[in-house]
Amino acid sequence: MDEGTQRAALETALESVAARIEAEKGHLTELDSAIGDADHGANLNRGFQAALEDANGEGDPGEFVKGVGMALVASVGGASGPLYGGSLVHASTEFEDGIDRAASVAFAESYLEKVKDRGKANVGDKTMVDAITPAVHTYKHAIEEEELSALAALTRAVDAAERGVRFTTVIRANKGRASYLGWRSVGHPDPGATSTLYILEALHETAAAYLDGTDEPLAEDAE
Amino acid sequence: MLDSVDGKGTHMKKLINDSADVVSEMLDGMVVAHPEYVRRLEGTNVLTRADAPVDGKVGIVSGGGSGHEPAHAGYLGEGMLDGAAAGEVFTSPTADQLGAMITACDGGAGVLCVVKNYEGDVMNFETAIELAEMEGDTEVEYVVVDDDVAVEDSLYTSGRRGVCGTILVHKVAGAAATRGDDLIEIKRLAERTVERVGTMGMALTSCTTPEKGEPTFDLGDEEIELGIGIHGEPGVERAEIMDADAVTDHLSERVLADLEIEENEVMTIVNGMGATPLMELYIINRRLQELLGERGIETWEGWVGDYMTSLDMAGCSITVLELDAELKELLGAPADTPALTV
Repeated sequence: MDEGTQRAALETALESVAARIEAEKGHLTELDSAIGDADHGANLNRGFQAALEDANGEGDPGEFVKGVGMALVASVGGASGPLYGGSLVHASTEFEDGIDRAASVAFAESYLEKVKDRGKANVGDKTMVDAITPAVHTYKHAIEEEELSALAALTRAVDAAERGVRFTTVIRANKGRASYLGWRSVGHPDPGATSTLYILEALHETAAAYLDGTDEPLAEDAE
Repeated sequence: MLDSVDGKGTHMKKLINDSADVVSEMLDGMVVAHPEYVRRLEGTNVLTRADAPVDGKVGIVSGGGSGHEPAHAGYLGEGMLDGAAAGEVFTSPTADQLGAMITACDGGAGVLCVVKNYEGDVMNFETAIELAEMEGDTEVEYVVVDDDVAVEDSLYTSGRRGVCGTILVHKVAGAAATRGDDLIEIKRLAERTVERVGTMGMALTSCTTPEKGEPTFDLGDEEIELGIGIHGEPGVERAEIMDADAVTDHLSERVLADLEIEENEVMTIVNGMGATPLMELYIINRRLQELLGERGIETWEGWVGDYMTSLDMAGCSITVLELDAELKELLGAPADTPALTV
C-alpha cells in the first residue's frame, strides 16, 4: 500500500473514531458518572473533534498520528490527555517508515507500554489497560504466530478488548478516581476501557474498508 | 455579580464575568498588576518571569489547576519561579502548555519542574518533559511534592497530596538556582525539602467552583472538616466545631507525628484557604508557636497568610518544615515576587 493510500486510510480512521466517540459520548459520560467525575465522553469528544480540525494533508503516517496525539494532549485535559494523546505521540515514531504488519505490532506494543508506564497501571486495576493489553497481545500473536492478515488479527483484537471491558465490570478499581469507591466500583465497566474498545471497533471498520483478507488494498477507489 | 441560579433558587455570588473566562481574565489581570514581574506566554495560560529565560540559570517552573492563588504565578520572580502554568479551576494544565513553559524558561542550564502530587498534574508534566526531550535539547528534571499528612491516597492521587509545602520547595529551588547551583544539585535540595515538610488542613466551609456554582461538599453549621485537600474534596474526618486552640493542636500533632522531628529548628506556615480572616490565622499561629515551644522545638521563621488557597474555602492549613543549615540558608535568601518578598 503506497504512502498516499496509507495516509487516506489514516484520515478515514480518524473520521471514523471521531464519529464513534461523538455518537457514544453520552453513554461514556453516563458510565463515568457512576465511578468517576462524569466528563469522559465530553473530554474525549472534544479531543477527537480538535484532532479532526487540526488534521492537514501533509507528512508521513507517523507525523499524521503524532498530530492526532498532540491534538488530544492539548484538548482532552486531565489524565486522559497524556494517556490517550501522549501515548499516541510516543508510538507514532513506529510509523515513520510507513505502516505494515510489523510496524502495526510495534505501534500497538509501544502504545500499551506508554499507557501502563504513564498511568502506573497494570492488568486488573480496572483501567483502559484491561482492554488494551488483551487486544495488543492477541493482535501480536495473530500476526506473528498465526501469520494472519492485519484485518483478521484486528478482528480478534477487538474481541479481546471486548472481553477486557467485561472483565473491568466485575473487578474492583485500584487506579484512577474510581479507586476511591473501593468495592462500590464493582459492577460498573471502566469508561476508559470502554472508549478504548470503541476506538478499536472504529479502526477495524476502517481497516475492513481498505484491506482484503490478504492485506492487499481493496479496489483502487477504496476511498 | 449574580452569576447563576441553581434549581433550588439559591444564588452563587462571585465577582466573575463568564465562568469559562475566569482563568484567562485572572492571568491578564495579574500581568497588568505586575508587569515588572510577569508576562504571559502568547497563546497559552502560562505566565513567566518578565525577563525569562535567565541566561545560564536553571529555570524553576511549576503549575497546576487554578483556584490556589497566589500559587503559582504569584511566586514568579527573582529567587523563586521562572514559569507558572495555570490550568482550568482545579484541573491540571495540559502537557502542550507545560512544554511551551519549559522551553520558554530554559536559559541553557536546564529546567526543574516542581509538581504537586495529583495524577493529572504528574501525567501532564511527565508527558510535557517527554515532548520537550523529543523536540529539543532542554535538560529537564522534576520533583513531586506530597506534603499532606492527612491521607495516603485520595480522590485525586496515588499517595499523598501536594499542598502548601510546595511553596517552600519553590523557595528552596529558586534560591539554589539563583545561587548558580546546577540542575541535579537543585533537584537534590528540592527533594530534601519534600522529605522534611508536612502539612495538614481543615475547612470551616466548602468552596464553590465558578463552573459548578454550588459547594463541592456539604458541611453543617456546627461541623468542620479535618484533613481536607485544596480541591474542595472532602476531608478524612468530620468533627463538631472546636475552638482555634483545639484545631491547632489537632493539625499540628498530626504533622509533628508524621515528621518525627529530630532537629530542633523548624519553619512554619499558617496558611489561609482563601476566605479566612487574617485575625483567625494569627490566633492559630499563636497557639502553634506555643505548642512548638512546649515541645522544645524552635521556630526559625513562621509565615502567616494566604499562600496556597482553595477558592473561597474558609479554613487553614499548618505546614512544618524541619530545617538544617543547608535549607535555612536557601529559605533565608532574597526573593522578590508579587506574593512573597524575603
